[in-house]
Amino acid sequence: MAVQVLIPTPLQKFTDNQAILECEGDNITELIDSLEAKCPGIKKSLCDDEGKPRRFLNFYVNREDIRFLDGTETALKDGDEVSIVPAVAGG
Amino acid sequence: MTLETTLSTVSQSLQKAFEKLQCKECGAEYPLEAKHVCEICFGPLEVQYNYDILRQKVSRAGIEAGPNSIWRYRDFLPLATDDVIDVGTGMTPLLKSHRLARRLGLKNLYIKNDAVNMPTLSFKDRVVSVALSRARELGFSTVSCASTGNLANSTAAIAAKAGLDCCVFIPSDLEAGKVLGTLIYNPILMAVKGNYDQVNRLCSEVANTHGWGFVNINLRPYYSEGSKTLGFEVAEQLGWKLPDHVVAPIASGSLFNKIYKGFQEFIKVGLVEDKAVRFSGAQAEGCSPVAQAFKEGRDFITPVKPNTIAKSIAIGNPADGVYAVELANKTNGNIESVNDTEVIEGIKLLAETEGIFTETAGGTTIAVLKKLVEAGKIDPDETTVVYITGNGLKTQEAVHGYVGEPLTIDAKLDSFERALERARTLDRLEWQQVLV
Repeated sequence: MAVQVLIPTPLQKFTDNQAILECEGDNITELIDSLEAKCPGIKKSLCDDEGKPRRFLNFYVNREDIRFLDGTETALKDGDEVSIVPAVAGG
Repeated sequence: MTLETTLSTVSQSLQKAFEKLQCKECGAEYPLEAKHVCEICFGPLEVQYNYDILRQKVSRAGIEAGPNSIWRYRDFLPLATDDVIDVGTGMTPLLKSHRLARRLGLKNLYIKNDAVNMPTLSFKDRVVSVALSRARELGFSTVSCASTGNLANSTAAIAAKAGLDCCVFIPSDLEAGKVLGTLIYNPILMAVKGNYDQVNRLCSEVANTHGWGFVNINLRPYYSEGSKTLGFEVAEQLGWKLPDHVVAPIASGSLFNKIYKGFQEFIKVGLVEDKAVRFSGAQAEGCSPVAQAFKEGRDFITPVKPNTIAKSIAIGNPADGVYAVELANKTNGNIESVNDTEVIEGIKLLAETEGIFTETAGGTTIAVLKKLVEAGKIDPDETTVVYITGNGLKTQEAVHGYVGEPLTIDAKLDSFERALERARTLDRLEWQQVLV
């Protein structure tokens, strides 16, 4: 599945300063592995020691937080957009 | 005094106390740039100070002789130069409550009234004054924010004053007063079809590609420091003493934590005596992820989709929520939520007893204060400070239909007398109903 991934500024050092990447994966877990294959080192930033997404990092599939979907098992299809966004405070 | 001592004193007085950014989670350190998350673990970055320098520089007399604004606490704020944007923000009244206190059965209740903060009538003017002063130092010419309304008003107004270009993002369903109260300053205003959390996500994506200063994103470590002044002022206004208990609204959780940081800094530099202060937080039931986590004893936040009239605090995915839960737990406080009817009752109660018209966030806070008192979670003798952070004129829709109507009369004395009699009868009936 080819999906577009929006990369936050602090991670762009792994992506050669690209803000948008095209990646593969049937779900978020696979997508993270595919990102790691393309940009070695990025997975350690995205996930904690147990391999779970870090708690201050939010993943969205087509603008919906994956915690409202199926978490890291959320299925992806061709043309989906995945956005990775650090937590933001304010209001 | 030797020459060396004199030189050392002079150099300390010129030295800035803020040193670096540090990750609250893993402790990694960063230079004082426009950066808000740790590159290793994505934890939030916070400004760190050298308290030895601060202790040498500050005194009660020095602060009291300073400007009548947040800038009297200049040394505790993360600015490198003295070129700050002073729009008279801060030093809002701390009022001893008599009528509300009596109604609730409290003996020492104080109200910190940021409903009259300048220039845009909410506590946000504090954080924005700091953020835009720092934005200018860092060389930004365009500033921006994601906002539930109050931050939009404040960013647009203070950017106008400072001559900065401004682009503000809000959810498209905000109260009319907050939209107009932003547009009047002539920023670019983007009304995003979605809730605040979606606006925030979009802004983060915009921040990836536009080199703007987002007050609550890449400038957040500086911005959030402005909230400490709500702690500093209360301590100073109580006669350089800390209260026993604080009740404040929780949206992202930032304000709640920074009031605590303000108190701790005053203790560290010897401006007030060390004392345990209890921290209790208020949320609206329709968006209460932090209160839910607190009640369930969780150390993580499960995001929710907001559905409440308290839009200014409707953040379903609060970034500092875990820290707010931690703070309430470690200070023996509480985090409670109230429904929208109670929010409106809270707004009316504060208005009728203290003459303060607050917005929905303030209504939430007063309703939670009442709930905590009724549950025996606030001791009547405690010196309790309740924080009112915004003005009711901005959210008039919330109370439409709940505040009665004017009595329309002819311009004749007997018309007035008849109407007055009727009004008094209705008033009596209402009281009787309450008593029944």
